[in-house]
Amino acid sequence: MTKTLLHLNGLTKTYPGVIANDDVSFNIEAGEIHALLGENGAGKSTLVKMIYGLVRPDHGTMQMEGASFVPAEPRAARAAGVAMVFQHFSLFEALSVAENIALGMENPPKASALSARITEVSQSYGLPLDPERLVGDLSAGERQRVEIIRCLLQEPKLLIMDEPTSVLTPQEVATLFTTLKKLKDEGTSILYISHKLEEIRALCETATILRGGKKVATCDPREKSARDLAEMMVGGKLNLADSKETTLGELVLEISDLSLPPQSAFGTSLKNISLRLHQGEILGIGGVAGNGQDELLACMSGEVSTTAEAIHLDGLSLGHMSPNERRALGVLAAPEERLGHAAAPDMSLTENAMLTAMTRKSLSKSGFLDWPRAKDFAEQVIKKFDVRTPGSQSAARSLSGGNLQKFVIGREVLQDPKVLIVNQPTWGVDAAAAADIRQALLDLAAKGASVIVISQDLDELMEISTSFAALNAGRLSAARPMVELSLDEIGLLLGGADAAA
Amino acid sequence: MDLSAISPTLLVASLMVAATPILLAAIGELVVEKSGVLNLGVEGMMIMGAISGFAAAVLTGSPMVGFLCAALGGAALSIIFAILTQYFLSNQVATGLALTLFGLGLSAMLGQSYVGIKPPVSAKLELPLISDIPVMGPILFSHDFTVYAALTLVAGVWWFLKYTRGGLILRAVGESHDAAHALGYKVVRVRILAIMFGGACAGLGGAALSLVRVPQWTEGMTAGSGWIALAIVVFASWKPARVLLGAYLFGGVAVLQLNLQAAGVSIPVEYLSMSPYLITIIVLVVMSANRSKLVLNAPAALGRVFHASR
Repeated sequence: MTKTLLHLNGLTKTYPGVIANDDVSFNIEAGEIHALLGENGAGKSTLVKMIYGLVRPDHGTMQMEGASFVPAEPRAARAAGVAMVFQHFSLFEALSVAENIALGMENPPKASALSARITEVSQSYGLPLDPERLVGDLSAGERQRVEIIRCLLQEPKLLIMDEPTSVLTPQEVATLFTTLKKLKDEGTSILYISHKLEEIRALCETATILRGGKKVATCDPREKSARDLAEMMVGGKLNLADSKETTLGELVLEISDLSLPPQSAFGTSLKNISLRLHQGEILGIGGVAGNGQDELLACMSGEVSTTAEAIHLDGLSLGHMSPNERRALGVLAAPEERLGHAAAPDMSLTENAMLTAMTRKSLSKSGFLDWPRAKDFAEQVIKKFDVRTPGSQSAARSLSGGNLQKFVIGREVLQDPKVLIVNQPTWGVDAAAAADIRQALLDLAAKGASVIVISQDLDELMEISTSFAALNAGRLSAARPMVELSLDEIGLLLGGADAAA
Repeated sequence: MDLSAISPTLLVASLMVAATPILLAAIGELVVEKSGVLNLGVEGMMIMGAISGFAAAVLTGSPMVGFLCAALGGAALSIIFAILTQYFLSNQVATGLALTLFGLGLSAMLGQSYVGIKPPVSAKLELPLISDIPVMGPILFSHDFTVYAALTLVAGVWWFLKYTRGGLILRAVGESHDAAHALGYKVVRVRILAIMFGGACAGLGGAALSLVRVPQWTEGMTAGSGWIALAIVVFASWKPARVLLGAYLFGGVAVLQLNLQAAGVSIPVEYLSMSPYLITIIVLVVMSANRSKLVLNAPAALGRVFHASR
C-alpha cells in the first residue's frame, strides 16, 4: 500500500517577478487520494502543470515509480500514466463527446469502437453519457464527466483533478466521490486540488498545503479541523463573515413572469421567472452555471431589455429601461466575468470607476467628465475594500482576480444601491478576499439595501443568504427562507425537483 | 437578341473552368479558417501564384512546372503571413490586407516582362470515345487537369476534416486554441501548416487563371476573385460541399452573363457584370439564414491571437 508512485523533489519554477514554486517536495503514494490545498496564486496550478508536462521546472526532479520522470509535453506525461481533469479550457463546444474524448487520447480507436467504449466505461463508473451529443449542449456536470471519462479510457496511474466540484450540485458531488473512491480501490492515485476544506476532509487521506509557492505542510486532513487547514492555507487568522439577524422590510423589487428566448446558440432561455425581493433581504440564487444565471443578470441589470411590466421597483415598471436609467433609480449589478464584462481590462481603475458610477456619483458636469472626482471615488473604493494595487491609474488587467473582484464589488457597494445584483461574487477569489466580499454584502443588506447573490458556491449562499431559490434550466424555484432548508432539500431544488412550487 | 445561340452544354462546361480559380482559393481558405486563422491575403496569394506559375511555365515550356511553382509562390507569400501572425502575434486582419497589397504590387513588378506573351497550352483530358459523348462528354471529360484537381481537392478536404484525426485536431485548434494547447497539441504548428496549404491552393487558383482560363498575364488580373473566394467560405458556413456550390454558382452566372451580353440582351452591361457577385451572395446568405447552425460551424477561435501564456 505504501509504494510511492510519484516523488517530487525540490521543484522550483520562477516566472519574471514571481516564484511560482519554491523547493516543493512531497510523495504521492500508489492508491491514495492526495489533496493539494492552497489559495489562488499559491502555486497549485504551476505544480500540476509541471507534473502534466505543460511547464518545465527550473530546478528539481520528479520520479515515477523509482524512474526519473521528465515529461517534455503532455503527451509524454499521458504515456507515463498521468491524466488530468482541467478546471477550464479543455473541451471543444462545437465537437461531439466522442470527438472530444478522441482528442485527449494518444491512439484512439475507430469512431464506432470508441463510442462503444465510452458507453461501457461511463456505465461501469455510473457516469451516463451519450457519445454523439455536442458538448455545447451539456450541463457543467456532464461536461466534467466527459473529461473524467477521457482520462479513465487511458487507464491512468495518477489522475489529477483541478477543482472538480466547483460547478457541481451536492448530488453530483456525491456521485463523483463514489467514482473517485472506486478508482482508488482499483489502485489509481488521485491528486485532488481544491480549496473546499470539508470535501477534502471527507475524501482525502493526505493533504499537502501550499502557500506563496512553498510547501507549508503535509498532513492527514481527517485529523485537522477545517479551520486549522484554512489557517495553514492563509497563514493567519481567518475572518468568517458574521451574519446578523435581519427582519425583512418592504417589498422593493418584483419580477413577474419574465421570459427570454435564448440569446445565442448555446444560450439558455428564461422561463416565467418570478421573484420578490424585500428591503434588507439577501436572496441567494443557486444553480450550476449555464442554467440561465448570465441571462437573468442581464435582464435585471438592463443589458437585455424585457417588457416594461416584467420588473417593478417600488411599484415603478422598469423592464424596458437601459442600464444607466436603472442605475439612476438604484438598481446596480456586478456581472460574473471580471475582465471584459464587469471591468474593461485595458482601462485604468479610475476609468472603470467612471464607467458605472458616473450617474449615481455625479461624476460629470454639464456633459463633461469630472476626472478628479472619479479618481477620488476610485481611491475611496481601493481604500475601503483593501484593493492591493499601485494606484488608481493601474490597468484593471494588472490586478489579480481577487483584488479586481473586490474593486468591482466595492465600486457598486459604495454607490449606495437600493438593489444590488451580483453574479458569482467570489468565483476564483482566495479565501481572505472572499470573506471580505461576503462581509461587504452583509453590511450592505444590514444598512437596508436588498441584494441578490447568484452563485454556484452553496457554502457561500448558506453563509450569507436570508432566502434561497434555485435556478435550473431557466426556471427559478420559489424562494424559501434559508434557515428552513437542509442541504438535501437544496440539492433537490438545484436538480429541478421543484415542479410543485 | 438571340438566346438560342447559348448552348446549355457549353455553358456548363465553361462554368466549370470559370469557377476553378475561385474554388481552389476558397477550399484553401476554408482549411485556414477552420484552423482559426483569418487570412485576408487570398487575393495577394492568388496573384502571386498567377505570375509565378505563368513565368515558370513560359521559361520551362511546361505547364506542370508552372502549376508547381504557382503553389510554391502562393505558399511562400503565406509564410510571411504565418510568421507575422503566429510568432509576432500581429493582427490577422491588418496583416492579411497588407499581404494582398504586397502581392498585387510584387506581382506587377515581377510580371513586367511577361505582358502580352502566350503561355504553353496545358493539355486537356482527351479520351477518344468518351469525350465525344454528346452533353456528358464536353461537361465531364474534356477539361484540363485543374478542373479535376480542384474537385479532387474539395473531396479530399471534406474527407480530411470529417474522417481523419488530423482533421479533428485542425478543427479542435480552430474551435478553442487554449483547450487544444492544454491537451498538448501544437497550435502554432497546425496553424502554420494550414496557412501554407491555403497559400498553395490560392497560388494554384491564380495559375488556373493565368495559364488556363485567360490565358495570359495582365497586371491585377485576379480582379477580386480572392475576395469572392473569402466571401464564399463564410457564406458557405465553412462546408466544403457548399464552397463547391458557391464557386460553381459564381462561375455559372459569370459565364451566363457573358453569353447574355454576347446575345445582346437589353439589360445594361453594368447590371450583368455585377450579377455573379450579387446572386452568389444572395443564394448563400439565404442558405445560411439559420443563424444558430451557422454559429455551430464557425470556428470559435477564428481571428483570435493565440499565446501560450494566457
